Amino acid sequence: MDRSGAILVALAFVALALVPTVAGPFGIDLLTKIMIYAILALSLELLVGSTGLVCFGQAAFFGIGAYAAVLLAPQQGSASLLWMLPASVLCAAGYALVVGALSLRTKGAYFIMVTLAFAQMAYYVVHDTPLGGGTDGIYLSARPVLGSWLDLGRPLTLLGFTLACQVAVFVFLALLLRSRFGRALAGIRVNEQRMRATGFSTYPYKLAAFVVSGAIAGLAGFLFAVKDGFVTPELLSWHLSAGVLVMVILGGLGRLSGALIGAFAFALLQQLFQSEAIFGAFARHWHLGLGLAIIASVALLPHGLVGVPGQLRERLLGRARRNATDMLDEPL
Amino acid sequence: MSRSEILLRGREITHRWGGLVAVDRVSLELERGSVHAVIGTNGAGKSTLINILSGEIASAGGRVELLGQDVTGWSQPRRASAGLGRSYQRNTIYPSFTVFENCRLAAQSRTQKPWAWWRDAQRCEASVQAARKAASRAGLDELLDRCAGLLSHGQKRQLEVAMCLATEPQVLLLDEPLAGMGAEETEHMLELLGELKADHATLLVEHDMDAVFRIANRITVMVDGAVIASDTPEAVRANPEVQSAYLG
Repeated sequence: MDRSGAILVALAFVALALVPTVAGPFGIDLLTKIMIYAILALSLELLVGSTGLVCFGQAAFFGIGAYAAVLLAPQQGSASLLWMLPASVLCAAGYALVVGALSLRTKGAYFIMVTLAFAQMAYYVVHDTPLGGGTDGIYLSARPVLGSWLDLGRPLTLLGFTLACQVAVFVFLALLLRSRFGRALAGIRVNEQRMRATGFSTYPYKLAAFVVSGAIAGLAGFLFAVKDGFVTPELLSWHLSAGVLVMVILGGLGRLSGALIGAFAFALLQQLFQSEAIFGAFARHWHLGLGLAIIASVALLPHGLVGVPGQLRERLLGRARRNATDMLDEPL
Repeated sequence: MSRSEILLRGREITHRWGGLVAVDRVSLELERGSVHAVIGTNGAGKSTLINILSGEIASAGGRVELLGQDVTGWSQPRRASAGLGRSYQRNTIYPSFTVFENCRLAAQSRTQKPWAWWRDAQRCEASVQAARKAASRAGLDELLDRCAGLLSHGQKRQLEVAMCLATEPQVLLLDEPLAGMGAEETEHMLELLGELKADHATLLVEHDMDAVFRIANRITVMVDGAVIASDTPEAVRANPEVQSAYLG
């Protein structure tokens, strides 16, 4: 990322930190939720945008992180963040290791179907067994705390903590993607055959990316369980997997900031179409409006929302340059 | 450096696509300091042979030895790391990367260190230097920052070879490096192949007969998957069977 891009992202994070000073409880809850989804979208961007692996089961890692937090927490009182957070992340990463080890033996459409199948398996385990509390879900009975000064049971503290996690994940992934590991992932996305011919065993690279992605999704799931105070099987549903995929595509594949922008755009569009003040009775059919908006943006913005400035520049500078960049478009 | 240092040896290599025998008990040896050309009509099994030697596809029979080791069961990445470099008949570069990054990424395979996630890949001196050296040898000095997808066809072929060199291989398997090149570009490439000959063992699959007879020390002729002649260029040119089957 170039300097001006980094400054823009930093400014966006500062702006996020200032929102709570003007927002009420609803705004704080909404913002926390969107930032958690942004972390989830970042985890998927590592697979889809950076490595070229279209994973259709990201919700499973998210849900397992959330369920792990609830199931491991003590029955009452408070529990230390120091072990709860790593435990949730490890559960999700462990599941990602198993799913990745098996599903990465397939490619393309088969990979999409296999990751979906594994996610559905996890969904039915929490949906249909006593372990997961069935359709009603389970309550989180303990507040995660760090000593006496950090209590995630308080909405503002959780918001700050979520923002810190989001920044940390973003910085971590930005460093990761410019490292040798990240460059190898990019090579795998563009031409895996060539990577193998030059001496890279691509399978361990892809598996490592899959596990890191699962761990980050687990972190998001943990935060979500703490925010809501309970978990339901819906956290593992394929609807969420698809939603995150839409966020990443809407924002723009191949850029970390795209995942962030996509998560915010998706959630804000949803709020917009759900608003009775604007759409009246039609707000009940918000899925329709949201769907149309997404179709329109995908049709009009081939490079996603992050690509808008570039698209405008091309429009102004004429079409010669556009032909040049079209040649470089990579298939998903 | 001994003249008879055999770096790659294929013994009785066989491959079938369904009922069709694509490669029929082919044996060949690649020596350091010499170019071994494989010629034959389209569909004679030349590319399949390269794919088997490099480990891209598994053979139905036969053995492959690299630097004196039996590598028949080795994966392609493992063979590549052991010093086997290949180029492709069709360009298989990374079109969205710069020329430099194409070479650097190839060179990175020698110093992978994937766990150093905080360290910028562009600061990996070993791969940066190997990439510059390889690009320079292939004559791409001026084009390092150019996006690889925007190169001319001939330049892409040069890049294809540069990426192969960036991994610092001892054995080169080159699949039609001259395909589609203009006269001047062909001349440059032949010059480069001549330079590389000294410290590499080279297998050259090529359709340009003038080029083959100029540069090869040994020529193997394949027809329908089988070897019909394997000898010095002069002997191959004089071989009546080769003349009727191929040279015409």
